[in-house]
Amino acid sequence: MSVSAILPDARPANVMDDGATREIRRAVLTAIAVPGYQVPFGSREMPVARGWGSGGLQITLAMAGPDDVVKVIDQGDDEGVNAVNLRRLIVAATGADETTVPAEATIIQTRHRIPEDPMHNGQVLVLQVPEPEPLRGVERDTRELERMHAEADYARLWVSLYEDRVRNGVITQTTGYPCMVGGRDGGRYVISTTPIPRWDVPRLHRSAFLSLFGAGRAKRIYAVPPDTDVEPLTFTDVPFEVETTPGAACERCGSSESYLVSIPASDAAGPAVERWVCSDTDWCRRRSESQP
Amino acid sequence: MTAEWVLSVRGLGKVFGPVSDEVIAGTGPEHGSAKYGPTGSVVAAWGVNLDVAAGEALGVIGESGSGKSTVMRCVVGDLEPTVGSVVLRRSDGSTVDIAALDPAARRALRIHDMAIVHQNPVDGLDLRITAGGNVADRLTAAGWRSFGEIRTRAAELLDRTEVPLVRMDDLVRDFSGGMRQRVQLAKALANNPSLVLLDEPTTGLDASVAAGVLDLIRSLLDDLGIAAIVVSHDFSVIEMLTTRCVVMHHGRVVESGLTDQLFEDPHHPYSQRLVSAARA
Repeated sequence: MSVSAILPDARPANVMDDGATREIRRAVLTAIAVPGYQVPFGSREMPVARGWGSGGLQITLAMAGPDDVVKVIDQGDDEGVNAVNLRRLIVAATGADETTVPAEATIIQTRHRIPEDPMHNGQVLVLQVPEPEPLRGVERDTRELERMHAEADYARLWVSLYEDRVRNGVITQTTGYPCMVGGRDGGRYVISTTPIPRWDVPRLHRSAFLSLFGAGRAKRIYAVPPDTDVEPLTFTDVPFEVETTPGAACERCGSSESYLVSIPASDAAGPAVERWVCSDTDWCRRRSESQP
Repeated sequence: MTAEWVLSVRGLGKVFGPVSDEVIAGTGPEHGSAKYGPTGSVVAAWGVNLDVAAGEALGVIGESGSGKSTVMRCVVGDLEPTVGSVVLRRSDGSTVDIAALDPAARRALRIHDMAIVHQNPVDGLDLRITAGGNVADRLTAAGWRSFGEIRTRAAELLDRTEVPLVRMDDLVRDFSGGMRQRVQLAKALANNPSLVLLDEPTTGLDASVAAGVLDLIRSLLDDLGIAAIVVSHDFSVIEMLTTRCVVMHHGRVVESGLTDQLFEDPHHPYSQRLVSAARA
């Protein structure tokens, strides 16, 4: 028996009140006006735990209405439990339609990925951010963090990149790669591109779409507006590289040009062949179906 | 002094608490205290004049509480002086009054024009990163963005301060005290500063290690022609590194002159005590 059968009036329409909606919209507008700046906002209690996308959820709820079409992905997958639950909640609370096809969506809420399909102007990508502070790894003192951002003092971030390369021979940081918003010369704030992998970072650069980063636990919202330079912090003599596994291809659609994830080896004894599938399941499905 | 000064401190005073003529007149060596009883004001430093030329090392000697740290903190810009000016001549010849700068400009000055070697390496180094990374910190702050150039420059500096290059990629946490001071020196010299402040650079070290570090500092000062201020309570350190020095006591400069002369023939009773302590 469903909740609506027991309580016909129990629409989750009051997940977010009008005051919260207004406050979050103001924070979003500030974030767009000052690209990369982490705008504090009064993160509300949501019917999901902090760490389960409450920041992204609040942005989506504050923006979406009956005219919107919403796609929600978790690790590139529309059918993950968390993605399904968030999508149902958003649809029920806002009256928006749902889709899995990026081209049909007006808002794409995501954890971990940007869809493989190119997105167009007018679309909004909402990212669920676990840790918005790019300097967290090098400084813990909040006042010092504020000073570093205020003076654009990112020297220690460069030192951490130096250390990574010295100790590991390559840049090992995968998710949350630090980027200067506004470009190497014109930029002002460094952001953490968490939760997306390095693979997706170049797609934020001069994107057609608007990206909104929501961190519910840390109570921060930041933005990358369309057509904005997003420059990964990279030494001039060490080119930025995305993750690749030579020879890997998707088991379902055969793609080797998409972001692939490995399937854990089964318990059954057998040859230790690593198996790969596309992270973006909807893209993979359409690609498989179009093939003979 | 000639016009070649790099640092010129004029009439520097720092008073914690209310300032008045009585406060100034009622404190100092002749009163045996830097604190003025009736108001509780502490005259940490007053009437301090210093000049340091390129290639010259000036000693500031005095016991704990004598005001030497206050003067140093005013020079680096950590403290705002009550009166006086602290003027630094940059390598391009321009001059700047450190006391009048905002914090961001002061920080920039400390990256490009001025460096500090702390008594405790923990204050000057990040022990969780490598020796090379600690030097890279200064270089990246100054805008270096080529990995290869940063490594070459860091190796050159560490080699110059006698840190074995095989240890360049080791964490500073695993270094001995003497080696940490050598890394601090390499970091301090990274951006060719006009002025280096050495705050008790060998106080925490064993005598034999300290002697090696002092030798190194002296050869660096001789070779690089930078201006230096050496702060110490130990006359033997001052004697080894500096040509001129000032003696501070209860917030005032009680004696100044050529270090060897002062060491041979101290006039002020307090200087005499310091010298006899160093000879003991």
